[in-house]
Amino acid sequence: MTSLAGTVRGPLATGRRIERSPRALVFHALLLVCLLVGLVTLLTLLVDVLRDGVGRLSGEFLTRLDSRLPSRAGIKPALVGTAWLMGLVALISFPVGVGAAVYLEEFAPHNRFTSFIEVNVANLAAVPSIIYGLLGLAVFVRFMSLGRSILAGALTLVLLILPIIIVASREALRAVPDSIRQGALAVGATGWQTVWHQTLPAALPGSLTGMILGLSRAVGETAPLITLGALTYVNFVPTDPLDRFTAMPIQIFNWVSRPQTEFQHTAAAGIILLLGVLLVMNAVAVYLRNRYERRW
Amino acid sequence: MGAVPDIDLTRRRRVGERLIRGALLACGVLSIGVTLGILASLATETIEFFRTVSPIDYLTGTRWAPTFTPSDFGVLPLVSATLLITAIAAAVAFPLGLGAAIYLSEYATSRVRRVIKPTLEVLAGIPTVVFGYFALTFVTPDVLQPLIPGTRIFNALSGGLVVGVMIIPLVASISEDAMRAVPWSLREAAYGMGATRRTVATRVVLPAALSGVAAAFSLALSRAIGETMIVAIAAGLNPNLSPDPRQGMATMTAYIVQVSLGDTPFGSIEYKTIYALGTTLFVMTLALNVVSYRFVKRFRERYE
Repeated sequence: MTSLAGTVRGPLATGRRIERSPRALVFHALLLVCLLVGLVTLLTLLVDVLRDGVGRLSGEFLTRLDSRLPSRAGIKPALVGTAWLMGLVALISFPVGVGAAVYLEEFAPHNRFTSFIEVNVANLAAVPSIIYGLLGLAVFVRFMSLGRSILAGALTLVLLILPIIIVASREALRAVPDSIRQGALAVGATGWQTVWHQTLPAALPGSLTGMILGLSRAVGETAPLITLGALTYVNFVPTDPLDRFTAMPIQIFNWVSRPQTEFQHTAAAGIILLLGVLLVMNAVAVYLRNRYERRW
Repeated sequence: MGAVPDIDLTRRRRVGERLIRGALLACGVLSIGVTLGILASLATETIEFFRTVSPIDYLTGTRWAPTFTPSDFGVLPLVSATLLITAIAAAVAFPLGLGAAIYLSEYATSRVRRVIKPTLEVLAGIPTVVFGYFALTFVTPDVLQPLIPGTRIFNALSGGLVVGVMIIPLVASISEDAMRAVPWSLREAAYGMGATRRTVATRVVLPAALSGVAAAFSLALSRAIGETMIVAIAAGLNPNLSPDPRQGMATMTAYIVQVSLGDTPFGSIEYKTIYALGTTLFVMTLALNVVSYRFVKRFRERYE
């Protein structure tokens, strides 16, 4: 009679030996490499940009107009243009996005029409951003005669980021427990009073986070604004929503495309500034989320 | 006993409430308006375009030179450049994104995942014009030109590679969500039969998450096809029908940028061409989404 132990080959109980076989280790290592390629590229990109651009960063870079000379080129018109854009985008997109979310979550009957809106919002997120530029050019610039202005650019970016805000606000509204709504309704509040005084304040941090994430998408968008006809060489500071404009990413693109290689350092300095703005926006979003988010 | 007044709260007309509800409904319906606006603006100008240019010349022509005399409107050079760069990007992002997803979902400890995932998402949040700068001033001169002789300053390869890296987080994050949604009981059953982590990942989790992975791939392809700034900066603005990724070539999106950089009068033929290209782009991404929707529906595994 053979012993039972002889028939069992390999470590059935732990599986460790198989986990440490060369093939398994190679597979494990390959997966790690997959992960690292993205991270290493990110690091290289940041180091490359910092090395190229940090020498050009100065107070003058922020306060000067653009110039044909790399050493005298400043980013002020683009900085002001971006500030205008982001202010208008925030002002318009927040009420509209939150309004759409409130309607879909709190008031909409569950029917085909509502689910059609939902599918539509999801699909809009997959439309290439340059198509929004073509839409803005046809509707805002041409049809509504806003010209190639800051306002036309802002409205285009609003349409682009609305899906982000709607999705984030809906999630925030969904996280508010029903007992709060029922409590308000039970003491006689109307539907809107319930939303305005109870549900919406509770969901506000989530909506705000969504808006900041949307804005940080909008701040880097270049293609739709160029398609819209934003200027690439601007030597004035815009003062009115109907002025023509440039924005930071467009200014960077303009510098990158100039033939003199010194302008690449100017572009890198602009990139550092743009990434800095993005960093601040994301930090604010994280802070808001951690500071005000409530769990029920 | 006094008579109880007949109050029916539900029937009371509240004008204010109705107005507010109407306004909220308008916000919700705006998204449909946007879709209709996109369709209408693309369609109007594209129909105008095809009044001057025959669709057959447009779809089969091999020379794109709308501003030359005689002008040519063959879209193939632009489409082939778009497809070549998308293919390079997919070759980078599909395996790397999937590998990263498997690692994060099956191998990484939760602490590692909590650090790595947000870092990877930083990569997705970097503006595309920054990636374009990186492709033109670092990838091409410092990596590709020393390695591959004959690489031009503007080339499709660096554009494609960098677009690929940009969409890795998209592939990784959606695939990982799909893999983590696979119930643990399936993994436990496989481990119970003596399977290794590698077998569990490739033979159990991956097939079960196939529909989610397919959705991730299709979304990533849409992003690559529609990507504009990276390819405009790295691959140049010159229409060029060539399979050689070391050469510069304008994609559909890059050409739209090039036209928009000049002041294009409304109604001119250049103005119409960018809408024809926009329609082509829109139809391509739409077709991709329809195919992926069918695929996802067919292969979706449902678990209770």
